[in-house]
Amino acid sequence: MTFGSVTVTMLGLLFVTFIIGRVMPIDPVLSIVGERASKSTYDAVYNQLGLDKPLLVQFFYYIWDVLHGDFGTSLLNARPVADDIRRVFPATLELASLGVLFGIVLGVPLGVIAAVRRGSWIDQIARVVALVGYSMPIFWLGLMGLLVFYGILGWVGGPGRVGIFYVDVVPSVTGMILIDSIIDGNWTVFKDAFSHIILPASLLGYYSLAYVSRMTRSFMLEQLSAEYITTARVKGMSERAVIWRHAFRNIRVQLITVIALSYANLLEGSVLTEIIFSWPGIGSYITTALLSADMNAVLGGTVVVGLIFILLNIFSDLLYRVFDPRAK
Amino acid sequence: MNALNRLMTTAALGLAVAVTSVPSWAETPANMLVIANRIDDITTLDPAESFEFAGSDVSRNVYGKLVNFDPLNMGAGYQPDLAESWTVSEDGKSITFTMREGVKFHSGNPVTAQDAEYSLRRAVILNKTPAFILTQFGFTPENVEQTIKADGNTLTITTDKRYATSFVLNCLTATIGGIVDMKTVMANEADGDMGNTWLKTNTAGSGAYTVQSWKPNDSVTMVSNPDFYLGAPAMERVIVRHVQESATQRLLLERGDIDVARNLNPEDIAGARSVAGVAIDDELRGRLMYISLNQNHPELSKPQVRQAIKYLVDYEGMQNSFLNGQYTIHQNFLPQTYLGAVNENPFTLNIDKAKELLAEAGVSGLEIEVGVREAQERIEIAQSLQNTFAQAGITLNITVGTAKQILARYRARDLDVYMGAWGPDYPDPQTNAGTFAYNPDNSVEAQATGLLAWRNAWDTGGLTEKVDAAVVEGDREVRAQMYHDIQAEFRETAPFAILFQKIEQTGRSENVKNLTLGGAITAVSYWPVTK
Repeated sequence: MTFGSVTVTMLGLLFVTFIIGRVMPIDPVLSIVGERASKSTYDAVYNQLGLDKPLLVQFFYYIWDVLHGDFGTSLLNARPVADDIRRVFPATLELASLGVLFGIVLGVPLGVIAAVRRGSWIDQIARVVALVGYSMPIFWLGLMGLLVFYGILGWVGGPGRVGIFYVDVVPSVTGMILIDSIIDGNWTVFKDAFSHIILPASLLGYYSLAYVSRMTRSFMLEQLSAEYITTARVKGMSERAVIWRHAFRNIRVQLITVIALSYANLLEGSVLTEIIFSWPGIGSYITTALLSADMNAVLGGTVVVGLIFILLNIFSDLLYRVFDPRAK
Repeated sequence: MNALNRLMTTAALGLAVAVTSVPSWAETPANMLVIANRIDDITTLDPAESFEFAGSDVSRNVYGKLVNFDPLNMGAGYQPDLAESWTVSEDGKSITFTMREGVKFHSGNPVTAQDAEYSLRRAVILNKTPAFILTQFGFTPENVEQTIKADGNTLTITTDKRYATSFVLNCLTATIGGIVDMKTVMANEADGDMGNTWLKTNTAGSGAYTVQSWKPNDSVTMVSNPDFYLGAPAMERVIVRHVQESATQRLLLERGDIDVARNLNPEDIAGARSVAGVAIDDELRGRLMYISLNQNHPELSKPQVRQAIKYLVDYEGMQNSFLNGQYTIHQNFLPQTYLGAVNENPFTLNIDKAKELLAEAGVSGLEIEVGVREAQERIEIAQSLQNTFAQAGITLNITVGTAKQILARYRARDLDVYMGAWGPDYPDPQTNAGTFAYNPDNSVEAQATGLLAWRNAWDTGGLTEKVDAAVVEGDREVRAQMYHDIQAEFRETAPFAILFQKIEQTGRSENVKNLTLGGAITAVSYWPVTK
């Protein structure tokens, strides 16, 4: 992606989000003044928010502020939106990263094995796993996971990022508690935080796994039926070398796209997972803001999510060049 | 494949070891109260600005007031708090409070009459959303120096006319009556904001608790004030965690990771009831469900039609089915436990009676629209109404929309029927009487959109004057009787059918004692709680 295309994408994202925010049937003024306010109070706040100005003027002011790193102040909690995002985004980043890690570590090998042993019992299992992952409502799966692993077995920590005994125990450096507890050398907090993140991360990881394994299988099948693979086998090359050195090497570029997309989806914030597990991440932040008509927070969150997509795209482009000489 | 197998086995073993070695806690510590609640409505901690449920919960435990409710004896009404006594002038317009000696703010500064003067003046000058609770007594930014004055250890407030003392004092128990530490707040003033920006996220009170941290949509952590003038609270730390889901709250409660779950739905209440060590409390809150009829509608403005519609509501059917345990039948605009509240509910579902009344009014084939906000219980109520109205030949078309869509039309007198909820703003009967039964100017030009009577284009036919009279009546008992009479007339004549009053069902660990949520009149109190 070039600088120009990044700029155009960002502007487009800002414009569309801004317009949607203005035409949605929610009322930021009502959120502030309450439903019993008099007309004069309502009008005063309406003007104070600049809503009396033409849409394009409002949009221009907004762009100007964003370019200066100012997402505005949350209409509801009166804090700078940038501060709120700094607080909630690391929670999502931590959860999504662990989730996608599960997805890659388990999904890629599963996809490869399923393709190599096409039609075998392991292939059938991989397909069922992927199908369940796609079709099972995450809300139900999350609640069942909590009920079994937390409520009945007591193997994992409950909702929230850490237990009540460990809230604010380690100083926040990155905002990601696992990393902060390592930096602080506090292994008790690390263990507790891990016990809280393991279930939601596994859940997200499962969805990522379902997608990654299915796509890996499909890419591998395509490669394994290619003539160069037959040639390699005829030449007497070992099966491991055929699969990993030839077939898998050729799907890496496609896999990068799949993994990047999967990661971006998780980073957007899996709202339902965050709600079930009381995980204060960016997904639930944007959703709460949207339902409360806090458009500054919605726009700020959307810009960050857009940036993530763009950064992951750039990163994917860079990796293409590493893995595919033709892209250089 | 061996390498792969090894990798997968190692990963699985690693996870298993990690998760099975997690410590499991049977219950929270004896000096700590942990609550699961939906706290995403907190927008500010400044008592001059806070006007939401979860914010009021925090404020009540952080800020002392001149007068306050005793959580263990709510029925006694307002009691001395930071003011130990008060006197009323002969003309009934001035109340002079004598401040309690020896009380300190969390900062260590003494609580003085000057702090009370500053706090009340500040609330009027800032003029935030709840400011009307004070400004309705005639206080304005221009006159507060004369009307709210400290002198030594006393504070005198002078209203623009005589009001019932109970009305004024009840209003001072609202969140906006919180007394802030003037020195601390002034030290954090920025651009003449009277410390508003700082107090949005910080506290400067003298109450039982101080806020250690507030993370929006995440948690509020409070620590006890060992110098609290009523004695150091037993719960040294109170943590309120934002837990959106009822099922999640129930799991946390049953596992002993929280002490109180405040948002359990009827299914989870039923499930938690049978769990050993868990108790369920029912407490009446102030929220009312009602329907109202636009009096600009030619048919709905007929008295017989208004009456008929009150007979076309399946009160018991709804209470005993989808509202089970969450709402109780209540047909009066003052919630139970309010001064002047009555518990007379004369209307029941009576299709024949309704048909008679409609025939008497000469109405047939009536088709009307009801506006409902997109909330499950409201939609279900509207659907029940649609069913029972149809039995009397009335077609009720349900329009579901967002708050903006429905309220905008309601405030513009554009709906035939509105189905919604109303919660009192402060613990005095005037809060509801002054909106349901009060409408001094019914003209379109008046634009009194804050008054429910105006929104329904209802000329109250003399009730406005009666509400005015009740609000200045000095005798508490006489005043209560006046509200009884107003509500009796209202029930019969008003284009409002009050349907239900909210019951809050709370799950708590059995070892948690003395937790009161504040009933219909105030917010939760943590300081009497013991384990």
